[in-house]
Amino acid sequence: MNKGSTRIAATIVTYGFVGLMAFLSIFPFVWMLFGATNSSIDIIKGRMMPGGALATNVSTFFTQVNAPLVFWNSAKIAILATILTLAVSSLAGYGFEMFRSRHRDRIYSALLLTMMIPFAALMIPLFIMMGKAGLINTHLAVVLPTIGSAFIVFYFRQTTKAFPSELRDAAKVDGLKEWQIFLFIYVPVMRSTYAAAFIIVFMTAWNNYLWPLIVLQSNEQKTITLVISSLASAYYPDYGVVMVGTILATLPTLAVFFFMQRQFVQGMLGSVK
Amino acid sequence: MALARRGGIGRYYNVNGWLFVAPALGLIALFMIYPILWSLWMSFQSGRGMMLKFAGFSNIVRLWNDPVFIKALTNTLTYFVVQVPIMILLALILASLLNNPKLVGRGFFRTAIFLPCVTSLVAYSVLFKGMFAHDGIVNATLEAIGIIGEPIPWLTHPFWAKVLVILAITWRWTGYNMIFYLAAMQNIDKSIYEVARIDGVPAWARFTHITIPLLKPVILFTTIISTIGTIQLFDEVYNLTEGKGGPSNATLTLSLYIYNLTFRFMPNFGYAATVSYVIVVLVALLACLQFFAARERDR
Repeated sequence: MNKGSTRIAATIVTYGFVGLMAFLSIFPFVWMLFGATNSSIDIIKGRMMPGGALATNVSTFFTQVNAPLVFWNSAKIAILATILTLAVSSLAGYGFEMFRSRHRDRIYSALLLTMMIPFAALMIPLFIMMGKAGLINTHLAVVLPTIGSAFIVFYFRQTTKAFPSELRDAAKVDGLKEWQIFLFIYVPVMRSTYAAAFIIVFMTAWNNYLWPLIVLQSNEQKTITLVISSLASAYYPDYGVVMVGTILATLPTLAVFFFMQRQFVQGMLGSVK
Repeated sequence: MALARRGGIGRYYNVNGWLFVAPALGLIALFMIYPILWSLWMSFQSGRGMMLKFAGFSNIVRLWNDPVFIKALTNTLTYFVVQVPIMILLALILASLLNNPKLVGRGFFRTAIFLPCVTSLVAYSVLFKGMFAHDGIVNATLEAIGIIGEPIPWLTHPFWAKVLVILAITWRWTGYNMIFYLAAMQNIDKSIYEVARIDGVPAWARFTHITIPLLKPVILFTTIISTIGTIQLFDEVYNLTEGKGGPSNATLTLSLYIYNLTFRFMPNFGYAATVSYVIVVLVALLACLQFFAARERDR
């Protein structure tokens, strides 16, 4: 009897705790959604009901912000960075795993160490470099330093360990060259790895803030992340407009998450296989 | 030498291998190795903008006499010391609760708790700034249920601003750490728990004596990742406190200070580079420390 009641108490505590955590995790999203439909004053006061200000907020957002351009900027940067990072990193992951050489392991360890380099220690030299190259205020300057990523190379090399070497041997017997094996056998076989890596890199690029903040100076070049940041830092921010912006900025990554949940989690976990 | 003796085919493969890794290595060399060495060199120089002169250790001396730097360093370490353990423990508890197959709706709970990871750092900082405004929803709710008598000055009081930053980071990253633990728990043999339960080991002891030791490699990994992240903290602080570092620099972090030194005040690249090397050293030291601490306890 006593044992039974402690079990019930434990169950209540468990559900209570997990439920509370889940509620706290979701709450800001709900607040954001309701916020977009309310006026700024109602949002701050915490009105948690759909209001009638959605149309006003959306139209104010679209008059204050050149939304199509800003979205195009974000998408362009994220897609370009993702394609280039995946190409470069999967080549390197394949190369490190498939080819033996005397220095391979030493170079690979050095490469992994670069994961610990904090961006704050790179931003001044990178800024000067981009200035000298005449790339300040261009999207190329945002993308270039992000392509070479030790983390994604590591991810590809880890998953390449599971790539069946018989496939490669058979292809070699058939006379395929190394680049053909990579392009026509490795890439299709590894598509789930590419999907998972795509999600990580795309999200990182889409959400990137500090480096674009430094490099992109004119309004025509700014990304959605920079725009919501500056909308919210106004002295009296119009929270209805800010909410519309945050929803639009979160929507792409949220969509990726819900449609590709398995690859999403797999990508995040990728490194500890 | 060995290469030449092995002859044509060995060399062919090696050349091919280098071609595969060359683009990545080249980019990392150009955009990481070269800049990090350059900022090391810069940290021994001083002057305005690009007019730099060699200055020996004067920047390092200046660090110790710079109250703003000391403040930024203390804040950064405070975030790390307070926030990382809370978050890791919370993520571990949630993971072991949600690993229970008998828990109804655990798929929903997992997704819900993981959801904050989907937001950008800027987006959630902006949301938190609104929710924690003086007359905002958090204060209103806390007042309504009688926890506080008057609104907490989240954004304007040095102590509460720090608490807000810690709450915000914990909200954003707990679910991220949790999924690492959930994945690792899949590999733990369920029968260990069964035996312990039959032997009458209470749940909390099962958690501290079975789960935590078995998950140690993952805990170490996530702790290092979180450490590196927390020490580089920028986006949240910049957006929660309008780029100023909060009331009397209470939330200023090292990264934000470097940003201010470089792009907000009269640019001083040399001194900013010195501050950035404090982050480099801190990250390296703490990662080593955690690594060795974990290995020591293994013995």
